[in-house]
Amino acid sequence: MTVRVYIPWDSGACSLGADEVANAIGAQAQQRRLAVEVVRTGSRGLYWLEPMIEVEHSGARLAYGPVTAGDVPALFEANFLQGGNHRLALGVPDEIPYLKLQERLTFARLGITDPLSVDDYIAHGGYRGLERALALSPEQTVEEITVSGLRGRGGAGFPAGIKWRTTLQMSAPQKYIVANADEGDSGTFADRMIMEGDPFVLIEGMTIAAIAVGATQGYIYLRSEYPDSLRVLDTAINAAMAKSYLGENLCGSGKRFMLEVRVGAGSYICGEETAMLESLEGKRGMVRFKPPVPAISGLFGRPSVINNVVTLASVPIILERGGVFYKDFGMGRSRGTVPIQLAGNVKRPGLIEKAFGLTLREIIYEYGGGTASGRPLRAVQVGGPLGAYFPESLLDLPFDYEAIAAQGGLLGHGGIVVFDDSVDLARQARYAMEFCALESCGKCTPCRIGSTRGMEVIDRLLAARNGEKAAELELLRDLCDTMTAGSLCALGGLTPLPVVSALKHFPRDFGLSSSA
Amino acid sequence: MNHQHSWDRRAVESIAHALKDKPGALMPILRRIQDELGWVPRDSVPVLADILNLTRAEVHGVLSFYHDFRHEPPGRVVVKVCRAESCQAMGGVALAEHVKHRLGCDFGATSVDGALTLEPVYCLGNCACSPAVVINGELLGRVTPERFDAEVAALHGKDR
Repeated sequence: MTVRVYIPWDSGACSLGADEVANAIGAQAQQRRLAVEVVRTGSRGLYWLEPMIEVEHSGARLAYGPVTAGDVPALFEANFLQGGNHRLALGVPDEIPYLKLQERLTFARLGITDPLSVDDYIAHGGYRGLERALALSPEQTVEEITVSGLRGRGGAGFPAGIKWRTTLQMSAPQKYIVANADEGDSGTFADRMIMEGDPFVLIEGMTIAAIAVGATQGYIYLRSEYPDSLRVLDTAINAAMAKSYLGENLCGSGKRFMLEVRVGAGSYICGEETAMLESLEGKRGMVRFKPPVPAISGLFGRPSVINNVVTLASVPIILERGGVFYKDFGMGRSRGTVPIQLAGNVKRPGLIEKAFGLTLREIIYEYGGGTASGRPLRAVQVGGPLGAYFPESLLDLPFDYEAIAAQGGLLGHGGIVVFDDSVDLARQARYAMEFCALESCGKCTPCRIGSTRGMEVIDRLLAARNGEKAAELELLRDLCDTMTAGSLCALGGLTPLPVVSALKHFPRDFGLSSSA
Repeated sequence: MNHQHSWDRRAVESIAHALKDKPGALMPILRRIQDELGWVPRDSVPVLADILNLTRAEVHGVLSFYHDFRHEPPGRVVVKVCRAESCQAMGGVALAEHVKHRLGCDFGATSVDGALTLEPVYCLGNCACSPAVVINGELLGRVTPERFDAEVAALHGKDR
C-alpha cells in the first residue's frame, strides 16, 4: 500500500532543507522498495519545527520535525511510515498546542492540501463561497462582506465592504480587482504562505470580489522577492482556468474574470496602493494624491478594488459561512481573525491565526516561548518597519487595531518582531530613517529629505554632550512632526512612529536620562 | 561608468515586441530583460522608448526608480543578505559584516574578479527563519557565519 508523506514546499521550509528531505525520502523509499507518495504542501506555520513532515497513517496524520536529510535513514529505521516512534515524532499535528489553540479560518487548508490541486481544494471546502456568491446578487455579496466587519489586513485596516460598495456603485466600461501581494514589512510572511500554500483561496476571493463589483480583469501585484509564490500562482491560475474557475465563462455563469500576476522590482513603496497602481501602469512607483480613491478612479483611471492578499483570502469563508459567522470572532471594531506573524528573536516563530484580542504577552510567551537567545526581552516592534517599538511593560496590550493605535503604534499587516536585551533602540530608530530614505518615492519633501536629515540628527543627538542634547532632540521631534503632517502616504507619515516610540520608551539608548 | 559592457540588442528588442501590447507594458518588459540578461543595459533605453512610443526620460525614470534593475552585469554568483528588522534581531547585522569581509566587497558592489555581486535586500518573507540570505536565487534560513561559509565553499566546488 502506498504511504503518503506530506512535505512543505513553502520557501521558509525549503530554506531549511525541505527539498533535500523530500529527495532523501524518495531515495530511501526506492532503496527499501517501499511505496511512498510524496505530496508537497504549504507550511502549517510552525517554523521552529520546519522542515516538518507528516505521514498519513490509518486515516490520521502524524508529524515529525524538524527533519534534516541526515535524519531520514533513521526515520525509516524507526518505521515512521507506520507512525513509528522517533525522537523527532510530534504526534498528531492538530494536537500541537501552538496549532490547537488557533482559530484557523483563512489558513485552514495550509499544510494540509496539495496547493496545485483544484480537486483537493474543493474536497477541503474550497469554492463554496464562490458558489454562493454566484447565487446572490452583487449587493447581497457586498452586504455579507460589510456585515463581516472585515478590514484591510494589509495595514491600513479600512473596511473592505465600503471599498467594494463604492466600486459596485460606479458605472464604468472596465473595473479591476487588484491583490496587493507586495508584502514588504519585515516580520511578515502571511501573504507568502497563502500564495505558496493555498493559492486557490486567493484566486477564489478575487473572483468573488470581481463578481460582486462587476470587474472582469484582476492583477496580483507580487513582490520580486517571492519567486516561489510566482511559480505556484501561475500554475494555480492555469489550473483554475482549465476548470472554468477563471476565464470567459465562470462556472458556466456567463461571467468573465481573467487574472494575471505582475511582478514588482524591489520597491517597498509599491506596497502603498496608489504607488502600486502606478507601477502596474508601467511607471515609477510614485504615490498619488487621494481623492479620488482607487475604488472610484484606480488602475488606468478605472474603478478598482484593491485589497491585501489576506483580506481577499478571507472572503471565501465569509461568503461560505456568512458575514455574521465571521463577525462573531474578535473584539471591538476588530472583527474576525488575524494572522499574527511572530518573528525575530523568539523561540517558536510562526503564524498564529486567532480572533483579535490576544495580548502581546500571550502571543510572545505562550505561543512564542520567549526569546530564542534566552536573554530577557527588551523590545517588540509591531506592524512592520513603520510600527512602534514597545517595551516589555506594554506587553499586556491586546492585538487589536484600536488598542495598538491608542499606544502610538499600528497593527499593520500583523507582524511582531521580538528583540532581546542586546538591541540598541537608537540604532533601530536611525535604521527607520535610513529605510525611509532608501524607499521614499520622492514625491513629498518631508519624506524624501526629512528621512536623510533624520539620520543626521539622530547621529548628532547620539554624539552630543549632555548639555547639547536638548537642542538636537527638539529638532528631531520637530522633524518627526513635519514628516507626520506633511507626507501623503504612510511611509513618510509613519516613519516617525518607530523613532518617537524608541525615544519615549528607551531614552537611555539615546543617552537621555528620562522619558523626554 | 568607465567601461562599456556589450549587450544583446536583439534580445531586448524581441522581449519588447513580445510584451508591448500588454497594459502597462514597460514594467513587464524591464522585468523580463533583467530576468533574462541579468541586468538592463542603459543603451536599451532609446530602443524601448522607440518601441513603446514613450520618451527616453520616461523609460529612464522607470529604470532608475526600482532597486532590482541592475545597470551593469552582475557577477556569476549573486548574494543577497536581508538587512531588515527581523533578521537584525537574530544577528543579521553581524552576519552582513561577516559576508562583506568574506566576499571582500561592500553592498551594491561586485568583487574585483567579477565573480560575486553582493546586494542588500529588505525582507525576504523568511522572518520566521531569520537571518536570511539568498545565494544565486536559493533562499537560506537561520544562516550563521559558518553556514554561509559552507554554502559559498560548496558553490566553488560546483564551479570546478
